[in-house]
Amino acid sequence: MEAFVRLDAKAAPLPLANIDTDQIIPKQFLKTVEREGLGRGLFFDFRFDEQGKERPDFVLNRPEYKGAGILVAGDNFGCGSSREHAPWALMDFGVRCVISTSFADIFYNNCFQNGLLPVVLKADEVQALMEEARGGNHVMSVDLATQTVAAPSGKNFHFDIDPTRKEKMLKGLDAIGETLQRAKSIDVYEMKRALDQPWLEGA
Amino acid sequence: MQAMSGKTLYDKIWDAHVVDQQDGESILYIDLHLIHEVTTPQAFAGLRANGRKVRRPDRTLAVADHNVPTEGQSLGVAKVADDEARLQLQTLERNVADNGIEFFPMGDVRNGIVHVVGPEQGRTQPGMTIVCGDSHTSTHGAFGALAHGIGTSEVEHVLATQTLRAKKSKNMRVVVDGELTPGVGAKDIALAIIREIGTAGGTGYVIEYAGSAIRGLSMEGRMTLCNLTIEAGARAGLVAPDAATFDYLRGRPAAPKGGAWEMALSYWKTFFSDADAAFDREIHLDAAAIAPLVTWGTSPEDVIAVTDATPDPTSFGTPDKRASAERALDYMGLTAGQPISKARIDVVFIGSCTNSRIEDLRAAAKIAAKALEGGRKVASHVRAMVVPGSGLVKIQAEEEGLDEIFKAAGFEWREPGCSMCLGMNPDRLEPGQRSASTSNRNFEGRQGRGGRTHLMSPPMAAAAAIAGHIADVRDYL
Repeated sequence: MEAFVRLDAKAAPLPLANIDTDQIIPKQFLKTVEREGLGRGLFFDFRFDEQGKERPDFVLNRPEYKGAGILVAGDNFGCGSSREHAPWALMDFGVRCVISTSFADIFYNNCFQNGLLPVVLKADEVQALMEEARGGNHVMSVDLATQTVAAPSGKNFHFDIDPTRKEKMLKGLDAIGETLQRAKSIDVYEMKRALDQPWLEGA
Repeated sequence: MQAMSGKTLYDKIWDAHVVDQQDGESILYIDLHLIHEVTTPQAFAGLRANGRKVRRPDRTLAVADHNVPTEGQSLGVAKVADDEARLQLQTLERNVADNGIEFFPMGDVRNGIVHVVGPEQGRTQPGMTIVCGDSHTSTHGAFGALAHGIGTSEVEHVLATQTLRAKKSKNMRVVVDGELTPGVGAKDIALAIIREIGTAGGTGYVIEYAGSAIRGLSMEGRMTLCNLTIEAGARAGLVAPDAATFDYLRGRPAAPKGGAWEMALSYWKTFFSDADAAFDREIHLDAAAIAPLVTWGTSPEDVIAVTDATPDPTSFGTPDKRASAERALDYMGLTAGQPISKARIDVVFIGSCTNSRIEDLRAAAKIAAKALEGGRKVASHVRAMVVPGSGLVKIQAEEEGLDEIFKAAGFEWREPGCSMCLGMNPDRLEPGQRSASTSNRNFEGRQGRGGRTHLMSPPMAAAAAIAGHIADVRDYL
């Protein structure tokens, strides 16, 4: 996993509630057997019309938001399917942080597997950042170590994050490697389970 | 306080599976890992890249469901027309063969939608932890198993370690008491709950369903209810196992036999919430007050009774919600205050992991049979398709003559798979087409770019097929 420490980037406003994973990355892009290159499918139906032409009014197509690394979005971002293609697509497109009042559970977990930082703030704080993201200067700073988002106006917003998740994100730790350090515990658990629930052993 | 009160069903399953604690997270043992072609290729590639093996191939089961075509399955994967879908299916075949994982390939009668197959085979059992790279894994909670969707990185983690790193969710109980009225079923209960708490209402929770109306549901109904738990944002849904659960499992291929059955049964019976267990949140619903429901918008919380009109966006509380409601009405080609039953339907889809089991097909076929008696069929402008959840469901339905009823009434009888629920295979809505669908998501573009989805129960979808527009199933009983 890519580590996340601090990010200074353009922030794009997406003022819609319930942006789902089908909108983030539509189904036709799920047929890949690779992780890479999914940025081309990000928000596909928002970015392109039926003829495949760019929709000039969509925020990420506007020149002033090209290269945005932060999204400020409405409630319940990432709801729907478990597809990890959603964070993969965001990362591939260059987005490293999404700010919202709430995230769907599986999407939230998936972000932490990939070094994409989901920041949860209160409704009025997200609204304030949404306004600033709409402004001429919309470069924000997100600092994971201090758990702050600094808006262009100079306002700072503190966010909460689980300390374990923060630590792993800062270091970019590999979860499987960590768990395998406890392989002994898994062996012991399996031995006990084989005795208690023998019907689950063997085919 | 915590020490004084009893344990919830969720607490009990959780506690029984904690292998170890590390860095403030629990390492949770996984009893059953279900896999399919779409969310696993990158996980197997990750294992290979790191020289890791599948720890418990015997606790893993693979199916091909998301992008299989629903016709011509006997021709085999080599004849799947879509190059990318074919490559994904072949990649799964290779990965399961390399790792010794049991696999029901496309065309095998045991194949079907992963959340139909697990229970049908008796692989899904009470008290288990079950994961799959698919959000509707919550379905298996109907058996009193802790079951939820995971991402591909977590799939790789489970393949390598047979465990998942997790933090415990909070406990919510949804109690539904009373008797359902005719024409109302598990799908309507689920939609009523999502309407009540919203698509983010369950975020951070595991929901246990309780109450007389839940006890009264068949296993199929409980699966529908738990399936839709993810649409309320909860991690998982649970129903405590009871006689209906055990009766369903008895004799299934992977269910324990003989003495092992008795041993398993006494273990399974320990999985219920203690009378003094504390829940962080509790919701009560009256089953008798639930009408047949449909969605009008592009979120599963956009729910109204079939007799209602679409809402006015200005009635929503926040600017984002108002913007979303306006956008939803516009996308759906509807206007505020329009009676939903006037919406003309182009396509009817009866299927998906939500509603493709035998009971769902029986309920829809009953409406079709009744229409046939009255000399009516699927409306001439409607394409109606029925997609059984598995090869075995298809065979059972055919033995019961349901396929003949559907075909005589003008429905297409297809082969099993996820199909038009998400349109990864050729079954898709065209832009602007409106569907009456028994699936689980009415998101923009879900069933095909520009497609407009109304979620409803199987009998409601069958009634819409006959009427040619959204219709009150109670007029078709």
